This record gives sequence, structure tokens and C-alpha cells, in this order.
Amino acid sequence: MANRYQNRIELLQGTLDLLILQTLQWGPRHGYGISQAIRANSGEILQVDTGSLYPALHRLERQKWIAADWKRSENKQRVRVYRLTATGKKQLLSERSRWEQLSDAIAGVLSPAKRGQA
Amino acid sequence: MRFPWQRHNRQEELAQELQSHLRMAVDDRMDRGESAERAEQTARREFGNVTLVQQIARDQWGWLWLEELLQDLRYGARMLRKNPGFTLVAVLTLALGIGANTALFSVVNGVLLNPLPYPHSEELVTLHESKPNFDRGSISYPNFRDWQQNNHTFAFMAIARGYGFSLTGLGEAEQVRARFISSDFFPLLGVNPVIGRNFAPGEDEIGAAPVAMISAGLWKHKFGSSPNVLGKSLTLDGKDYTIVGVTPQNFDLFLTTANLADVFVPIGQWTNNLLPNRGAGLGIHGVGRLKPGISLEQARADMERVTGNLAAMYPEVDKGIGASFLPIRKDMLGDVQPILLVLLGAVGFVLLIACVNVANLLLARSTARTREFAIRAALGAGKRRLIGQLLTESVLLALAGGGLGLLLAHWGTHAALGALPAELPRAAEIQLDSHVLFFTLAISLLAGILFGLAPALKIAHLRLHDTLKESGRGTSGARLRTQGVFVVVEMAMALVLLVGAGLMIRTLTRLWDVNPGFESKNVLTFSVSFPPSMTTASPDAIRAAVRELDEKLSSIPGVQAEAQTWEGLPLVSDDEQLFWLDTQPKPSSENEMSWTIHYVVGPGYLNTMGIPLVRGRFFTAQDNERSPLVVVIDDVFARKYFGNENPLGRGIILSSTGKRAEIVGIVGHVNQWGLDSDATQSLRAQLYVPCMQMPDAYIAMVHNGSSMVLRSNAPVSTLLDSLRRTSQQMSKDQVIFGARTMDQIISDSLAGRRFSMTLFGSFAGLALALSSVGIYGVVSYLVGQRTQEIGIRVALGARRADVLRLVLSHGAKMAGIGVLLGLAASVALTRLMADMLYGISPTDPLTFLAVAMILILVALAASYIPARRAMRVDPIVALRYE
Repeated sequence: MANRYQNRIELLQGTLDLLILQTLQWGPRHGYGISQAIRANSGEILQVDTGSLYPALHRLERQKWIAADWKRSENKQRVRVYRLTATGKKQLLSERSRWEQLSDAIAGVLSPAKRGQA
Repeated sequence: MRFPWQRHNRQEELAQELQSHLRMAVDDRMDRGESAERAEQTARREFGNVTLVQQIARDQWGWLWLEELLQDLRYGARMLRKNPGFTLVAVLTLALGIGANTALFSVVNGVLLNPLPYPHSEELVTLHESKPNFDRGSISYPNFRDWQQNNHTFAFMAIARGYGFSLTGLGEAEQVRARFISSDFFPLLGVNPVIGRNFAPGEDEIGAAPVAMISAGLWKHKFGSSPNVLGKSLTLDGKDYTIVGVTPQNFDLFLTTANLADVFVPIGQWTNNLLPNRGAGLGIHGVGRLKPGISLEQARADMERVTGNLAAMYPEVDKGIGASFLPIRKDMLGDVQPILLVLLGAVGFVLLIACVNVANLLLARSTARTREFAIRAALGAGKRRLIGQLLTESVLLALAGGGLGLLLAHWGTHAALGALPAELPRAAEIQLDSHVLFFTLAISLLAGILFGLAPALKIAHLRLHDTLKESGRGTSGARLRTQGVFVVVEMAMALVLLVGAGLMIRTLTRLWDVNPGFESKNVLTFSVSFPPSMTTASPDAIRAAVRELDEKLSSIPGVQAEAQTWEGLPLVSDDEQLFWLDTQPKPSSENEMSWTIHYVVGPGYLNTMGIPLVRGRFFTAQDNERSPLVVVIDDVFARKYFGNENPLGRGIILSSTGKRAEIVGIVGHVNQWGLDSDATQSLRAQLYVPCMQMPDAYIAMVHNGSSMVLRSNAPVSTLLDSLRRTSQQMSKDQVIFGARTMDQIISDSLAGRRFSMTLFGSFAGLALALSSVGIYGVVSYLVGQRTQEIGIRVALGARRADVLRLVLSHGAKMAGIGVLLGLAASVALTRLMADMLYGISPTDPLTFLAVAMILILVALAASYIPARRAMRVDPIVALRYE
């Protein structure tokens, strides 16, 4: 049982970090908000598992790429709100460029013909 | 990184955070129109395992392992408390194993592992003269001086020789143990006086002013540890010595506690006319310190040059004489090391058996706990976590066992120290120091992991799902197999230890059966030192005093025989002399002479010692200084030098006197070199010379102390009382000292082997007990598991005997396989103890057979208890049981 979660974290680790950092670029959000945003922005395709989300958030926090504060939400709930830090922004940029390289490379592999023509 | 004490807060925050997440998800769903109940359910399902999410999120913060460990420890401690019976048995088992190991390790640590208490001890060697007959013969004083001057490889060389002085002028006259040493002796070793100084160079020369160092013990005992002792005089054998220093407490070159010296005197003070004689063998041995960076080979080559030159210069005495030396550690511990290592190996087996036993117990419990683990897994505990929990519990057990074991070892070491042979070097250094504590901790942890591994591995392979579905009976077949294997291993190890113990017992019985050539029963040995006034007495006066002593002692009621023994006593001291036969021309050098063991004794010696007379006669009182010189030889001497001829009436010439003596008798051979090794020694011929015919120069030295043997069947204490009273009546300054019975001497000569046997025996006993508990446990479990089957068998007409056979055969099978494995292992392992054995081979078939029988019988007995329970199974109850 434990393995199911752990496997998924590992599978998603790189990308999930990127997605969280990217989501926080538009402003501070709480955990639930982040998962909802990723879901909405991916057209309901990416469903972030809480078992992956919170470990990732805490990991990023420990890396000091994001910071967290307790705030009151609109409906007066105490929520923990995450925001991007300065180093987090740099990390986001580098992760983005890495991701773009990776996705270009994968696209190239998947459709070599196009590449040859270009 | 947060520290553990900050974690509590973080955990709570995390719980709140997840709670708020859940709340928001529920709210969203309700906004979308789901019922409150349904929204809650779906949100929870989507969210997944809250505990696990929490745990993994916490994992990101480090320190988790510590927190888990604390949790596991708390949980483990609770589990152990809840099962006091199990815990007690396991902890006791481990405590025995760990305690025995700790005790023995503390011996090994103190004796073998700790560096010698001498600075740069690797440079230290013991020095001897190698002679044709002895590899480690004594060094003559002139040779030592030449070695010392002419070598290029030693930083220092020194010599020492034991002696006994009678100390007078400080209370009652007393005999003190002394060492003659050369000046460099203490500086060479790096031993500094407590107060005062060491001997200065030149102070050890013949003819120098008399000075002495005393031991801290004598200092305290005679001078109340007063610093004013320096410069005071000490009267030894009637001569005044100026005290210049005090040596450290319990100093001994070989670090034993036996025969500690109380007085150290420069060797030049020895009033022995033979001291300046280059050919004299006076029992002087040496130590040397190599110059830094010099190897043994370099030193050996150097000393070959030095002794070669001496042989060329003094061919008649130094031809064939070399220097032999070996590292002090080897000389000191060479004999002990293999024995201690074998014993350490043996006690390691005991711990392994204890581990296997506890592993079996844990295995039995883990089966019962399978459901518990399945439930914990279902609640979100990872497998790693479950295994961690099991290991934590077993390590906890092991640590508890280790703690108790340490206590047992503390007592055990005390007991063992009492039983240790006094000749064991460094026995005083044995203690539970930090190394030992670390060792105990390490073996406890290791043991905990070792025996915790079996149940933990089982959990790792467990299919938790199936377990939950099952009724909880678990995988009994596999478990029984594992347990069976464990018991077989246990039996095999126990057998190896039993074989070891058996071989030691057989060795000792063989040794006790050895006929030493004399009747040790009722023989007392002791020494008498004459009053200091005798120091200057004439030889005739000394002879008269000796005769008077003999007369007085032999007239004590109950004394059957007594005799002076001035040189040589079997198992105690030896003296060797060069001789040639009167049919030979006088040899030109000592190389052409032969060596014999030399006894100088009184006429009563043969009767006192109970040595049989083979031919001719022994000495009488008429064999005195005025009568023709006579000697008696033993049958080995007779065979070796006369073959089939009749030695009686033939003559021999001792090189020390140069006078012919006639052989008047042949007596039985005695085991001079010990019960065990006498037959394998190269020098065995024995020669007896009557005391009264010794040269005047020799007689002059007898005042110092004369050894005696005495036969009486009176109790030793009353006998000693009458001896002391008689001696006191002769002179207040005459001291009787060093009394030991000959039986005691023989027994002490076996002390090392007896120590090994006792330890092996107790280890084997422990192993036997533990492994029979093991086999009992497995067979009981088997009976429990098969109650139903047995019930059916009985219902179908099986007889009790059949049931008994069924159960016993299972125990017998395990024992049988274990015995076979153990026999094979023993054949391989007992070779290691070959040196400890006497008179039997390490693969002695009788021992192997007997031990195998014992083990099988014990295994059957252990199986019989549960088998009886199986026999009494009532089929109706058994069948209803399900």
C-alpha cells in the first residue's frame, strides 16, 4: 500500500514541483487551491493526489523555494498559504527551461520526420 | 532542518492543514449540490490515507527516523512489558550468552589486546643463550657483559635472576623474594621508581657498594611507606644494603602475580663463586630493547657476529653458544594466546545458540502477531516501518540482555579471576574497561539484529491481505521448517562445544593418570633459611647445622622421611650439569660433554619421594665429605649411556668438579618437565649427587636457604606448626618458608588446562541447556499444531506408543541431523585445540561418540515432555477444539 503512493511521488516528482512553482507564480495559494488550479489549468487532466501534493509542498518549503504562512480564508477558515520565494523564482526559471528542453527532445524523438524536414 | 522538539508543533500544523484541505473539498462538493454525507465520503476517498499522507509529508523534514525510533522504542517496551514471561526467558537467555562473552572478552582484552604497559614494547625482546640442548638456556655473566658491549643493534640489554634472601633486623626474620638485576633492567623497560632512583651504571659490577631497591609492598609493610626509607639500610643474608629506590606495586617482568619480588639487588652482589665463570649456567636470563627501527633479523645477524667472536675467543666454553631472543609479547603470551582465542571462539558459539533460541521465541510470537501487523499495515504502516518495529523490539531485548549480561560478567570475571592460574600473565589487568563495555554493546546490538532478522524477514514476505482474510492461523508449515533448521543449527553448535569439553576432560583424566615417577601424596616441600650468623660459617659448621636440622625434623612425630633437596625438584626447579664417562678421555671442550639433569639430595630423598630403586643402592649417611664420591642415575641415564652394560661400579666425571664419582645405584625416572611434556623433551637423563659430598665452595652458599622434602600423613597445618616450632627452637632467625604439598604442585601444573576445561565445560553445559530448551519449544509447538491430527489418529485406533513415536521421531530427526552436522564441524574445528590436548587426538572417536549419544539423549528427553502431552490427547476434545 505504501508503495502505491511512493511510486507516484517519484514519478511525478520533477514535474509536480514545476507545476506547483508555476501555479504559485500568479500569487499565494493554499494547498487545496493549488490542486484545484493545476486541475483547472490542465483542463481537468492532471489530478494532483494529496499524497503527493503535501509531501511536495513540504519538500519545496524545506528547499526554501516556497514559504508558508497561516491566513484566514474567505470563509474564515485557518489555512496555510504558500508563496514563491526569490530563490523559488530562479528555480522555476531553470526548471522551466529544463522542462522545455526535455519536451522538445521527447517531441523530436516521437516525430523524427518533422525534424528532418525542418 | 528542524530539531525534534520543534516537531510537535509542525505535526499539529500539518494535521490542521490537511484538515482544512478536506473541509474545502467537502465545501466545494456541497456547493456543487452533493449531499453533506456524500460530499464528505467522496472527499475522504479522494484524499486517501490521511495518516500515510501525513507521514510522508513529515518525511520531508528529516529527524523522522529518530521520531519513529522513539515511537518504536515506546511501543517495543510496551510489548515486552505486556509479555513478561517471554521477555524474562529471552532476556535471561541473552544475558547468559552476552555475559559469558563479555567475561571472556574482558580476559582477552586485558591479556591480549591491551598494549603491554611498557613504552614501545614492540622493541622489547627476551634474551637467552641458545645451547646444543636448550634453545633458551641461561646467560653467563661474562658473556652478557660482552654481548652488552659489542652489539650494535640493541639500545639496552639487561639480565635478571631470581633469589631468596633472609631479611633480618626488621621485626621477625623473614624470607623475601629477590631479583638480581643489572643496572639497565628498569630503565630498559621504562619502569620508574615510585621514589628514589634506579641503579646507576657500574653499580651492578662485581665488587660495587651494596645497594638495593625494594617493592612498594615491602615499603608499605616494613617502612609504612615513609619517604625516609631512602638511604636506610636493609639487612639481607646478614649484609647491609643501602636502599636507593622503591619499585612500583606488583612489578613483574612478565606481568604475572605469581612470585612477585620484594627486593631488587645489583647482580654483582651475588656471592656466587661461579658468577664470573663464562661457562656457568646459573639461571640468568635477559631482556633487551632494540634500537628504534632495527628488525629482529638485523639484531639476529648482529648477535651471530658477537657470539661467533666469543666462540672463537673462548672455544672451550662458548663454542656452539648463540643468542636466542624473541619479542617479549610472544615469550609472555605465546602459550596463552591460542588457548584464549579457542575459548573466545567457543563462547561465541554459546551466544549464537542463545540468539537462535531467542529468534525461535520471537518467531513463535511473530506468528501470533501476524494479524496485529496486518492491521497496522492496513492502517498505513509501511513494510519498512513494520520491520523496523520488529528489529527495534529485538534490539531492545538484546540491550536488556546485554545489561544483565554485563552484571553477570562482572560477577563471572571476579569468579574467573579467582580460578585463573597465577602464572597467567597480565591477570591483574583484567577488568571491565571501556573496550569491554563497547564490545558488550556491539555484540548486544549485533545479536539483536541477528535474532530479530528471522521474524522480520518473515514479515517482509508476508502477504498481509491474505493474512487478514485468513483466520489468523498463519503459515505454520514454513515456520516449523525455519524453527527446525534453527534447532538443527543449535544442536550442531552445542555438539561442537560438548566435543571440546569432552576432549579437555579426557586430557585431564589422562594427565591425572600419568605416573610422575614419584608418590606425590603426603609429600610437603618447603625451604629453610639458616640464621644470618651462618653466612660466615665454615663449610664444616654448615654441614653440622644441616645434619642437626635433618635430625630434628625427622624426629618430629608423624614424619616418615625427610631429605634436603639442594638442586632440582620435579616440576619445580631444575639444574643441569655437563659430564663425561670415566671410560672416555677428558673432552677438550664442553661441546664434547653430555648434559644431565642434576639433583643434589640427602639420603632420605628416595623414601620421601617414593621413587623406586631399580638396582644397587641409594645414598646413606655414610656417603659424606670424607667417603669416596658416589652418584645414582635413573634408568633413562642408564639406557642412554650404558645400553645393556651394567652401570654399577662405573664412574662419571662432572665438569663442575672434575672429580670421578662411582655409580652405586639406578632409580626410576621422574617427570622433571611436567606430567605432559616430559617424554618429548630432549634432556631426560637424571643424576643424583649426595648433598654432603658437594664441594666446600658450594656448601658455603647453602646458608642462604635449603629446600627440603618431607613425607608425613599428618595434616599439613599441624605439620607446619610443628616444623616452625622445631625450627624456632633451633634459632629465632631460622625461617621456614614456601611450603607447598607435592600434590598442590602437580595440581598447579595442570591449572591452565583445568581452567580451559572448566570454561569449556560450562560453555558446553550452557549450550546443552539452551539447545534442549530450543528443541523442547519446537516439539511443543508441533504437538500444539497437530493436536487435531493426533486426535483423529487416536480416534482411528492409533495406540499411545504410535503417537509417542510420531512426536519423538520429529525431535530425534532434528537432533540426528544436528549431531551429524556438529560432528562434521567438530572434525574441522577441534584441530585448533590440538595444543591444549594430551594423550588423545582432536578427533578422538570415543569422545565424539559419547558426546553424540549425550546430545541425542538430551534431545529425546526434551522432546519427551511434549510427547507425553500428545499421548494424553483426548480425541473428543481435540476434534471439538476447532
